Amino acid sequence: MKRRSLMIGSAGALLAGMLPAEAAGIKPGLTIAFLPKQVNNPYFTIADNGGIEACKEFGATGKEVGPSNAGASSQVSYINTLVAQRVSAICISANDRNALVPYLKRAMATGIKVVSYDSDVAPAGRDLFCSQADNQTIGRDEVRLLGKMIDDQGQIAILSATPNATNQNTWIKYMKEELAKPQYTRMKLVKIAYGNDDDQKSFTEMQGLMQAFPNLRGVIAPTTVGISAAARYLSASPYKGKVVLTGLGTPNQMRAYVKDGTVQAFALWNPADLGYLAAYAAGSLCSGLVSGKAGESFPCGKLGWRTIAADGMVILGPLTVFDKSNIDQFHF
Amino acid sequence: MADALAPLRHWEVAIWILVVAALTFGNHLSPAFLTADNLGNLAANLSEIALMALTSTMVIIAGEIDLSIASALGMCSCLLGLLWSYGVPMPLCVLAAVAAGALAGAGNGLLVTWLGLPSLAVTIGTLALDRGLAFALLGDSAVADFPTFYTNLGFGAVPGTTIPNPMVLFAVLAVLTIVVLHATPFGRALYAIGANPVAARFSGLPVARYKFLLFVLSGAMSGLAAIVYTFRFSSARGDNALGFELPVIAAVLLGGVSIFGGKGSVIGVIAAIFLVGVLQNALALVDVSNDILTVVTGLALIASVLGPNLAARAESRLHRYRRAAGAGEEQPQRENGR
Amino acid sequence: MSVTLEMRRGGFLTAVARAREVGLFAVLAALVLATTMIDPRFLGAQGIKDILEDVTVTALLCIGETIVLLMRQVDLSVSSVLGITAYATGTIFAVHPGAPIALVMLVGAAIGAALGALNAALVAFGGVPSLVATLGTLYVFRGAEFAWVKGGQINATSLPKDFLALATSGIGPVPYVALIVLALIALAGYGLRHYPGGREYYAVGSNEEAARLAGIDVPRRLTLGFLSCGAFAGLAGVLFTARFGTVDATAGTGMELHVIAACVVGGVAITGGVGSVEGAAIGALLLAVISNALVSLRVPVFWEQTIEGALLLVAISLDLVISRRTLALMRSDRAHG
Repeated sequence: MKRRSLMIGSAGALLAGMLPAEAAGIKPGLTIAFLPKQVNNPYFTIADNGGIEACKEFGATGKEVGPSNAGASSQVSYINTLVAQRVSAICISANDRNALVPYLKRAMATGIKVVSYDSDVAPAGRDLFCSQADNQTIGRDEVRLLGKMIDDQGQIAILSATPNATNQNTWIKYMKEELAKPQYTRMKLVKIAYGNDDDQKSFTEMQGLMQAFPNLRGVIAPTTVGISAAARYLSASPYKGKVVLTGLGTPNQMRAYVKDGTVQAFALWNPADLGYLAAYAAGSLCSGLVSGKAGESFPCGKLGWRTIAADGMVILGPLTVFDKSNIDQFHF
Repeated sequence: MADALAPLRHWEVAIWILVVAALTFGNHLSPAFLTADNLGNLAANLSEIALMALTSTMVIIAGEIDLSIASALGMCSCLLGLLWSYGVPMPLCVLAAVAAGALAGAGNGLLVTWLGLPSLAVTIGTLALDRGLAFALLGDSAVADFPTFYTNLGFGAVPGTTIPNPMVLFAVLAVLTIVVLHATPFGRALYAIGANPVAARFSGLPVARYKFLLFVLSGAMSGLAAIVYTFRFSSARGDNALGFELPVIAAVLLGGVSIFGGKGSVIGVIAAIFLVGVLQNALALVDVSNDILTVVTGLALIASVLGPNLAARAESRLHRYRRAAGAGEEQPQRENGR
Repeated sequence: MSVTLEMRRGGFLTAVARAREVGLFAVLAALVLATTMIDPRFLGAQGIKDILEDVTVTALLCIGETIVLLMRQVDLSVSSVLGITAYATGTIFAVHPGAPIALVMLVGAAIGAALGALNAALVAFGGVPSLVATLGTLYVFRGAEFAWVKGGQINATSLPKDFLALATSGIGPVPYVALIVLALIALAGYGLRHYPGGREYYAVGSNEEAARLAGIDVPRRLTLGFLSCGAFAGLAGVLFTARFGTVDATAGTGMELHVIAACVVGGVAITGGVGSVEGAAIGALLLAVISNALVSLRVPVFWEQTIEGALLLVAISLDLVISRRTLALMRSDRAHG
């Protein structure tokens, strides 16, 4: 009996050694669910598909579930269903930092691992947080990018997503800190508008911004839904070319507006990579490879090995800036 | 007045049978369905809709309608959050929320009874008004740091079970509503008012006063539901419970209450709420998307009125045929309670 | 209860109704003037264009909803119909980029009419109260649309440029879509006022039983009413896509009560028999002007909902006072021979 299990064990070890380094150690047969802010958002479709691809690589089943509106309470019933379905891990991009914590804690109490990605929850409600880039970097870089295009002077506004979204509020905080620096004294933030990650609302909010602040020089829209709606409004209005729009957008949605001059430059990361990272983080947690402490490392497929920073954060990497010169190279 | 219920008892039995069928169906779909945890979650999710459906049933039986309930909930929730953020002690905040709801309801009641305006139009107006006030109170932000004692009340369950605390509240209020509607003069008066408001007035019933009271109750219930919602999600926001009025009305109608008033009972409505909740939960467990359920809810709603209509029509056609066939024969005296 | 109104050309009651619309128009003018004084750009080219763009879809929905409201019915499913045709429009253009725009509009209206036919069948022949029936179809249509669209999205970049231009370019500051809707309002208004079929809507809404006894084919009128409402909602979906470009499964959700509010503010009685499409359109315009004025005055936009609600309540109270005085006058008229 013992010899048999020894043989199987060593055969297994041999096989594990023959497997590509990325899948080494992650238990096969896991179920990982992706619960984005909302499902009818192309950004999340790309991210979650990236995650599901990663799941295939290490033999797990991945699926995407979620609400069609970016409200806090909408995600709750999905969390409950996933708990009842006894998934191995939940990867969630949260609509609200605090409202979901009791439900996620309940999930974790049943042994489910929780990895937040894109938009965090309070640390008590998750094991790891996969961040697209360092939040400080995102906030400050957005201001720097806009400042370069408007000579660091003029009225600016922010077109955000939902007022409660954790990631938005963190970035806005760092944007304000950056704006407080002496070199930006002539750049004034006059308004933060909320498009709720809804295309129609973002469109009309952009319209409202131009109505209320005719001398607006620049707008930062750190949301892919917001920036594409705002660009669409601008490109058909007399403000095209006069107001500088930047923010976080996907190349596919923004290509036409970069080419017609409405937008000069904007930034993003690869959402598919973010989902990919989250999946591997979840898989590693489930397999006991890491427990969420700073300094631990886990395999991450084509992204190599990743180390956990403080507060359970894992950073994907720096932002990519897209403009006329490089936008055709990307297809997401 | 029991006769008002007689034809509907038919539907109420049917719908409770459907609930049992749905539970069986859910169990068949997934072993995770009939677990204490899952059923607890299912019930918790329905808390606010169930609570508001109790008073909405009474309002609709009396021949009126209140579409502003969800907006009043949002407004009361924001008031709760706002007062709490100013350091007002929680018990006072809670009281204020219910009072604000009652006030909003009183507004509706005044416009309907004193000015005589149609409640559909009035409550469409207050739906917008109250939702706007909700946002006016807290703007675009939210209040989230509620003390755990209270959030546990909203989120937690009865110790030793998975029965969510709000469900206990609902059970108590449901029993109360059943008693009021079917065993008190006030309840019987509501049926009379709904069936024939003019006759009711001429019979000496204080129609205006009762209707006013109903709207106040409806508003106060929105306030109560707001407290549950706010503690359950630990979040007071302007868009809380956005759109909840339609599922509540749908549940009441599906439960066999006639939109014209004078007919129906809470028992059917409770069944309807759980029917939709059970189906939603069971389908979600097997990853069937919510859209199918939305379609089914709509179809069920239509069927709940269309079915009896077609049945009645077929029956009368049958009677006419029989009468024509047996022309000249004496018709037996039919027992009629009316 | 409602009173059967005599709609004599140039009659007393027509004058009252007209006065209501004039009053509404006066409020609108006053508001526009006041805001323009504070912010001159409000009445500028871009300002007018923004307002007209905002109001177009709502006004179109209001035309159809008015017809239904006149008959003392209600149609809650308009937002779901809009959602379906909005996505259908995008899908058609994605597959056939060269499709003639007029044809797509007709297809949209046809789809809307087909969906409206369902409502008609339920109300006119099934005996289902319209509130229940259209609440049910609101869910059924929306659910079906979600199931069809799933997480999909029509992107503005996949729509033909001249289709999108309908909403952005036009004659001066007036976008083409606004011109289309204005024409439809004029047509519908004329039809309702001067054609016997149009007047029948008022009759059915004032007193259905009396209308039936007077020989009006009530089921036919109900059917045509819901069909028209569906058709207008379907067309509104097409224009919605032209305006916003990016459409997903949630297009139009929540609009139904806003449309009814606009109609009621515009003088259409929820109890039927009173009102006009011109009034409803002015009601929609008033609400759009208010929301844009708030933005220009840098008032937080959520006050818009509060004001809309308050305005609705004022409007129906005013209507009631007017109709009561009219009734009293009619009685005293009759008494004095």
